[in-house]
Amino acid sequence: MKKLVVIGAGMASGRALEHLFETDPEAYEVTLFNAEARGNYNRIMLSPVLSGEKSYAEIVTHDEAWYRANKVTCRFGEHVVKIDRDRKVVVGEAGEVPYDKLIIATGSAPFIIPVEGRELPGVITYRDLDDTEAMIAAAGQPGANAVVIGGGLLGLEAAAGLRLRGMNVTVLHLMGHLMERQLDESAGYLLLKDLERRGIKVMTGASTKAILGKDKVDAVVLEDGTVLDADLVVMAVGIRPETRLATDAHLEVGRGVVVDAQMQTSDPDIHAVGECVEFDGALFGLVAPLYDQAKVLAKSLLGEVDAYAPKELSTKLKVTGCDLFSAGDFAEGPEREDIVLRDPSRGIYKRLVIEGDRLVGAVLYGDTADGSWYFGLIRDGTDIDDMRETLIFGPGFQGGASADPLSAVAALPPEAEICGCNGVCKGKITEAITGGAKDLTAVRATTKASASCGTCTGLVEQVLQVTLGGDFQMPGAQPICACCDLTHEDLRRLIKLKALKSQPAVWQELGWKTPNGCHVCRPALNFYLLADWPLEYQDDPMSRFVNERNHANIQKDGTFSVVPRMWGGLTNPNELRAIADAAEKYKVPTVKVTGGQRIDLLGVRKEDLPAIWTDLNSAGLVSGHAYSKGLRTVKTCVGTDHCRFGTQDSTGLGVKLEQILWGSWTPHKVKLGVSGCPRNCAESTCKDVGIICVDSGYQVSVAGAAGMELKETERLADVASEAEAIDLTVAFVQLYRENAKYLDRPYKWVAKVGLDWVKARVVDDLDERAALIERFEVSQSIYRKDPWAVPAREAGERSRYAPLADLTLEAAE
Amino acid sequence: MSWIDIAAVADIPLRGARVVKTKLGCVAVFRTDEAEVYAVSDTCPHKGGPLSDGLVHDRKVTCPLHNWVFSLETGEAQGADEGRIETFAARVENGRVLLDGTALGRRTAA
Repeated sequence: MKKLVVIGAGMASGRALEHLFETDPEAYEVTLFNAEARGNYNRIMLSPVLSGEKSYAEIVTHDEAWYRANKVTCRFGEHVVKIDRDRKVVVGEAGEVPYDKLIIATGSAPFIIPVEGRELPGVITYRDLDDTEAMIAAAGQPGANAVVIGGGLLGLEAAAGLRLRGMNVTVLHLMGHLMERQLDESAGYLLLKDLERRGIKVMTGASTKAILGKDKVDAVVLEDGTVLDADLVVMAVGIRPETRLATDAHLEVGRGVVVDAQMQTSDPDIHAVGECVEFDGALFGLVAPLYDQAKVLAKSLLGEVDAYAPKELSTKLKVTGCDLFSAGDFAEGPEREDIVLRDPSRGIYKRLVIEGDRLVGAVLYGDTADGSWYFGLIRDGTDIDDMRETLIFGPGFQGGASADPLSAVAALPPEAEICGCNGVCKGKITEAITGGAKDLTAVRATTKASASCGTCTGLVEQVLQVTLGGDFQMPGAQPICACCDLTHEDLRRLIKLKALKSQPAVWQELGWKTPNGCHVCRPALNFYLLADWPLEYQDDPMSRFVNERNHANIQKDGTFSVVPRMWGGLTNPNELRAIADAAEKYKVPTVKVTGGQRIDLLGVRKEDLPAIWTDLNSAGLVSGHAYSKGLRTVKTCVGTDHCRFGTQDSTGLGVKLEQILWGSWTPHKVKLGVSGCPRNCAESTCKDVGIICVDSGYQVSVAGAAGMELKETERLADVASEAEAIDLTVAFVQLYRENAKYLDRPYKWVAKVGLDWVKARVVDDLDERAALIERFEVSQSIYRKDPWAVPAREAGERSRYAPLADLTLEAAE
Repeated sequence: MSWIDIAAVADIPLRGARVVKTKLGCVAVFRTDEAEVYAVSDTCPHKGGPLSDGLVHDRKVTCPLHNWVFSLETGEAQGADEGRIETFAARVENGRVLLDGTALGRRTAA
């Protein structure tokens, strides 16, 4: 088998390898170098990671299993020292690898403007995950200031992400308007307005003079003398091909590594692909041409003939809520005419540039639904003379068809491009759908349409809808309910970002369409507010479901079940006697031992609830919260107290955890288990948090499930002391409280954010761990109390459980 | 119509309800706004859920058992569900909740 060495695991090389393995998996034995300590991921999705809309795990394109299945030798985190063309070896830091064919895919390096202070800590670029994580970390300190130098695609996505993370953001742009390479002035103005509405300050015509600071960055000074405070400076002024290895190896290098149409460099055994190449005098920064190159490269490596030909490009800005599309050339010229449509109240601007009978450029702002249709007209050089009058209204208005967006999609020809990143046309998608791909995931898997930046997801869904008709279910990021347009994630972020501390504030500021929500959004909103503002927000019982409002579980006949807490499953004769007495006194029809190691009294009438609680309280029993989205039980085994196998005091730890955590509200119910040895009698490995005691300490694992789904926990960390096991558990629960979607159990939430993300905060970052525990304690100062004791004491609360009046009794008069 | 004084409006939590026992069965009195009340049958026609334990939003209530939603003004089930709950006249006067005794099957003493 021939040896192929690839330097750089970016989007281009990843795609080239995919094509290679798909066509002939046995052709090459592959070694993949990557300077970053990780494999291929979708770099264009770093912006959603920065803004918190996606996690790193969601943007990984090739995981370990993929490399293993394709027998790729991965050398991640290792820099390549040089290429020795005479001996045909690549010299890595950890040793040499011989090659028959070599691919240089070193990508690009950010351009650093040569100003004083550019080396200071806190000045970063925006190219990879490490940069993204550095920005997220910087945004962690409240009220921090960020200055983004560069108002292009990358700079604005960075700015929007940092703003969403709560930073004060200023964008400095050298030119007169934003994104001047893609936008004309009017669209640039609308974009500026939109960004300012989001609280981002934009300074155009701003030239950076110096970056100030001693040990770290403090401020940025402009040529006009303006000084801007800065805790973080992001340089996003541009990129240049990373060509060092090629230059050192004496390959032909211009601005980039020079390649021919087969992606071959001046050495026939060395190819190059992606942002590091120069073809026909042009450089490449967007993903679509990279993928085209990757396709050609894979063929060249297999001896097939193909030639790369650059195509027209279109651009979208991936900032949630800023809809912007531009394609082609929109400079004014004597032969050119413009068609412009403005709708100021809706913030819509559309401009088409026509030369002769052809559309040569399009800029859309505010409504980009027709972008791909215009792009198709530009790329194909379609004669638009017949539709000139209605062109600006989009495809829905051509040929007398209706303005229904679906009919516009239906009217697209099969060769119309839907996914610009991956060059997938409508025909290929409909083919996949008729071939059995019935939903978005399946279409992505078979065609790659919408699998990269994802901005065409809506279009792909519309193609599905047009093709499948009534059989198609629209999925995707659904709003919480019909009361608003926000997803749970948006709502949580905006509550924190805008410091909204009451339900009316949320309804007003975030545009609720109903006077006071509904049974779907109110409980979620009530939880988010009390989790984020425990001291300021007053819990609203009227926004809770019946069980949480009545502190008991409603049964199908309208009676309730009452479960007192038994700490760690421990009880005693006094408690058991009180339970027996209560069961008799209130004629409880069913007494049952639960799976959570306590006793359930089923069939209690609502009006008896306060009285039965008072009786149980007097024996020292408190609410078991068997009805709440909160801490339920901590199941334990007897541990070292009695068991001959026990390694630690598992019962004692369980009791301690329950006493710390009880009363806390969480997005969904939380159940813990503590087992005294790996025999795991407390079934800890299917709990939300499960601890297994071992001789050396405690194995803390999280995100198990044993309900609708069955899932083993994943190891958070092994710790030596009981105190640390408790700290990890509390920090994990608080992170879950602060971030998860309402009604997501921890396993669902962890699957979304990734266990690594959780570990970084709970295990690795000790400051963050301490802060989480502190915030949990602040919240518990309000909520660690027995709800059964409250209504029993207060007559007003107590009367709520009884009828307001009884008109069946004849008046005594 | 004969109005009976039932209770102070403050005895019903805002966006909550209390039950009044009548010869016609339990009637739920909902307080949808500071001085706005509605009286309807407490029993959901679907599976008999106690509507007074439901979540109140706008002039509607969601049944605590299976999330059927009813208009408190018309008694009609909302959305895809079909059914109706009986509605009774109710009003607030000088901070007191008044129900129509005639409709509730109890003649007043006067």
